[in-house]
Amino acid sequence: MNAHTDVLHGAAPPRRLFERIRSHRVLASVLVLLALPWIVPNGSVAVNILVYGLYGVGFNLVFGYMGMLSFGHAAFFGIGAYCAGILVAQAGLPWWIALPAAVLAAAVLALATGLLAIRTRGIYFAMVTLALSQCVYFLVYQFPRSGGENGLRGVNVAEVRLPGLRIDLLDPTATYLAFLAVVALALLALSRVLESPFGGAVEAIRENEARARACGYHVEHTKLMAFVLSGGLCGLAGALDAIHLSNVAIESLHYETSGLVVMICLLGGMGTFFGPFVGAALFLLVQDVFSLWTEHWQLYVGALFMFFVLFFPKGVWGTILEKTHGR
Amino acid sequence: MDGITPQLIGLQLFTGLALGAVYVLLAVGLSLIFGMLTVVNFAHGAFFMVGAYAGYALYRIVPNFWLCLVLVPVVVGLFGMLVERTLVRPLYGRGVDYPLLLTFGLAYVMIETVRIVFGKQGMPVDAPALLEGSANILVGKFPLYRLFVIGVTVALLIGLWLFIEKTSFGLIVRAGARDPQIVRILGIDVGRVWLIVFGLGTGVAGLAGFLAAPVQGISPEMGGSVLTVAFVVTVVGGMGSLVGAVVAGILIGIVESMAVLFVPEAAKVSMFVIMVLVLLVRPQGLFGRAGLMN
Amino acid sequence: MTYLALLAGAACIACASAPCAAAGMPPAPIRIGLPVPLTGPYGAEAQDQVRNATLAVREFNDSGGLDGRKAELLVRDDRLNPAEAATRALELIDKDHVHFIVGSLSAATQLAVNNVIRQRKVPYISISQSDAINEAADFSRYTFHESLNPHMTAQAVGRYVFRKGMRVAFLTADYAYGQEMTRGFTRVAREVGAQVVGEIRHPLGAVDYSPFLPRLMAMHPDVLVFNNFGRDNQISIKQAAEFGMKDDMKFVVPVLTYTSRVAAGARVYDGVVGGSGYYWGIESTTPSARVLNERYRRAYDGGLPSDYGSMAYSAVKSLLMAVKAAGSSDAEKVVDALANERYDTYKGMQFYRACDHQSVQSVLVIQSKAAPPGSRDLFTVLHVAPASTGALRSCAELGHKLPH
Repeated sequence: MNAHTDVLHGAAPPRRLFERIRSHRVLASVLVLLALPWIVPNGSVAVNILVYGLYGVGFNLVFGYMGMLSFGHAAFFGIGAYCAGILVAQAGLPWWIALPAAVLAAAVLALATGLLAIRTRGIYFAMVTLALSQCVYFLVYQFPRSGGENGLRGVNVAEVRLPGLRIDLLDPTATYLAFLAVVALALLALSRVLESPFGGAVEAIRENEARARACGYHVEHTKLMAFVLSGGLCGLAGALDAIHLSNVAIESLHYETSGLVVMICLLGGMGTFFGPFVGAALFLLVQDVFSLWTEHWQLYVGALFMFFVLFFPKGVWGTILEKTHGR
Repeated sequence: MDGITPQLIGLQLFTGLALGAVYVLLAVGLSLIFGMLTVVNFAHGAFFMVGAYAGYALYRIVPNFWLCLVLVPVVVGLFGMLVERTLVRPLYGRGVDYPLLLTFGLAYVMIETVRIVFGKQGMPVDAPALLEGSANILVGKFPLYRLFVIGVTVALLIGLWLFIEKTSFGLIVRAGARDPQIVRILGIDVGRVWLIVFGLGTGVAGLAGFLAAPVQGISPEMGGSVLTVAFVVTVVGGMGSLVGAVVAGILIGIVESMAVLFVPEAAKVSMFVIMVLVLLVRPQGLFGRAGLMN
Repeated sequence: MTYLALLAGAACIACASAPCAAAGMPPAPIRIGLPVPLTGPYGAEAQDQVRNATLAVREFNDSGGLDGRKAELLVRDDRLNPAEAATRALELIDKDHVHFIVGSLSAATQLAVNNVIRQRKVPYISISQSDAINEAADFSRYTFHESLNPHMTAQAVGRYVFRKGMRVAFLTADYAYGQEMTRGFTRVAREVGAQVVGEIRHPLGAVDYSPFLPRLMAMHPDVLVFNNFGRDNQISIKQAAEFGMKDDMKFVVPVLTYTSRVAAGARVYDGVVGGSGYYWGIESTTPSARVLNERYRRAYDGGLPSDYGSMAYSAVKSLLMAVKAAGSSDAEKVVDALANERYDTYKGMQFYRACDHQSVQSVLVIQSKAAPPGSRDLFTVLHVAPASTGALRSCAELGHKLPH
């Protein structure tokens, strides 16, 4: 399934176009996301779509690309948020220290979680990840600096100063573009990783784990690496969320946040590169629109979700790709 | 630590048993459904909640606690069968994740529907007059109603055991939990078995909700926190194992009530710590069969 | 020609500097954002807050508004989630360009909103009961706190109930609100000479209180204070009554809410004493309460404002009074007007203390009574603790440097 064989078989032009887009998927994604603030009615919801999309991208690596359903990813999102939050609000450190520190903290936590969880699989894996994330929730809740259920306030990054450029983070459009730059870098890194031999190993394991092991792939190591990378991306999303809202809520570590990212990935399309952003946009916008009409919006969101599971299991983006790509 | 006497610890053990009884009922249902259908039912907490509300609504029509005790699991079980046939069955063959995700969404729908019909507030529910008050068990006075809950759970477990061990239908259930494919090859109408097992599992969950209502009142959110515990218990016991569900339910109920006595902040986390420890040593749970997930 | 041009030019300048009602363009409304938890366990309270706030806005508009400028209420659902509350606050400020925000029910959501408004200099009146927003770390010039805080309620109820030599025990929910209540009651007990015989903490959201109740019974208290809220409060009181504890000790709660009393019923709350910000029954002694009740009855089919709802009424009304006093919707002017305002919106004279912008107000001590179903006559007002800064924690204690 590469461009060369498609040419030999006389592939139709749209296929070539999609292959082109696929090989430049980061650029394509960023271009679409650039248009978002003008489509979405509300600036802070656009930033939320970006943040939760990135969170979904991180989770997708483990769920969509590796087939491991984790119910504890809120731990990585939350630890990233709290780490960045504490460094900014209480240590007064600048964003360019807080963001990498958050990624590192989340990755380390993912390593610890992964070491404990990798030996289980299926529903047991989901339960272990849930349990470990609940332990993290509990520990952070008790930790005095986190503010407990009052949350961590004061994560105030008023502006971002780069050589020659000053970005005012009180302006929603400027915030969106600044965050988009960070997200673009993260997507670029991820894309490179997926195209590397490591990415090949990931796909081989997803297709058939026993065969991959027989071929000599180190299955446990690959799973662990994917888990750590996933954790780091989710931590970055959490850190961005903390800066956007100037606030970290204890709910960011709760299993409902873990459930949220599962929904987003399913709605968008598991195992697709751009799917999580579509899922995040769909979920957040539906939630917003429905909650303006009725207080019982959860009924419609739940029904919509069931509808997708029954009829569009590949999610919106996954189905679109399938129909147009003939994957 | 003030006031902790041996009598109190003894009383706490019984409280743990009463707590564990509800967990056992939920875990048994979950384990049955998973063992037979390989479906992880994320709406199990919602069925628990529906059982509580069904009891409340039925009681208004038929003001007899004992009659409702029998009717509620039947009503909830029938609803469960409807769900299985229309929503879960079409997903057969797509892998473990899809029914899980479907029931995840179903829970939202069920909770919100209850909110629409019964209001958001939640309501108090009283135990029947016969069961109010306390009995003097050796270690002190213990509420009569909680003893009743333990009693009902034991009776139900005995009934279930008889059903599964002694009837031919139970034989199919046991065989199906061991190897679903062989059962199908043998020509047995697995579809009907699934339907009944799903109904049975959800019916038991509804009964648990009905029993729990006089202790904690009813609210649309009551299924959420109990679902997490139910999963922990099922996983610790081993998915698909009924013995495991019973042992793990009692264990976790007692551990939680003891933790509440000595380290209240950590009570909620104690069960997760236990789960992680158990799964580190036995990744398939205490009584689960290795390889059941493949 | 030049004379006419001069005249036209002068007319244009005059028109530009005065409200151009004649030009046919309505003057810009005064926008007030109201983020409240419409979905979730406190939906009923939030709905009443919306009704009350709408009433206050309508009163302002019907009396002419601010020189013809009407007020407009933008209601948003914060789902009792701090991240959502912050997003709504950002939306209200950036997209809807609100001038002011009133709202929030839980402590976490109000603190989240407060953090957003602080940076953007939008005046915010919180109607959530919490001590944290008064502390120096969260305070800002634009932050105002209309509702009671746990310390005030504990002072009022504690002073009414505790006597020298009484034995007092606490059942505390293990989170900020519960701990704040316990701290407040402990202080009162010490001042009055009552003896605190013990405190038992329970996890937030517990449904089974049998581990705690026997230990509390063993302390033989005269008064048992339930420092928890909502369902925790309803369930713990119910189970304590089932253990027979009501016969041996007085049940006291820091805040006795209308919705809890309705949800749990008369039998559970029978004889329980607690604090409240407002009860419609004070209309017999308080003129402004009578006025509010009358207006609410007329607007909402004979209904009556609840404790939570009336806070929203007072917050919006006092805000609009400040707008009128300032003569503009400019944030700085309104903040100054609010800080200096003395207002009687629904229960007597109130004002905002300088150092922390806490509204100094009266606190009711009420007792639940049996009532026929559907009746609103649910409480007896035992005592009204008058508005006093003495009921608050001192500015220094909250971390504020004097003068404010």
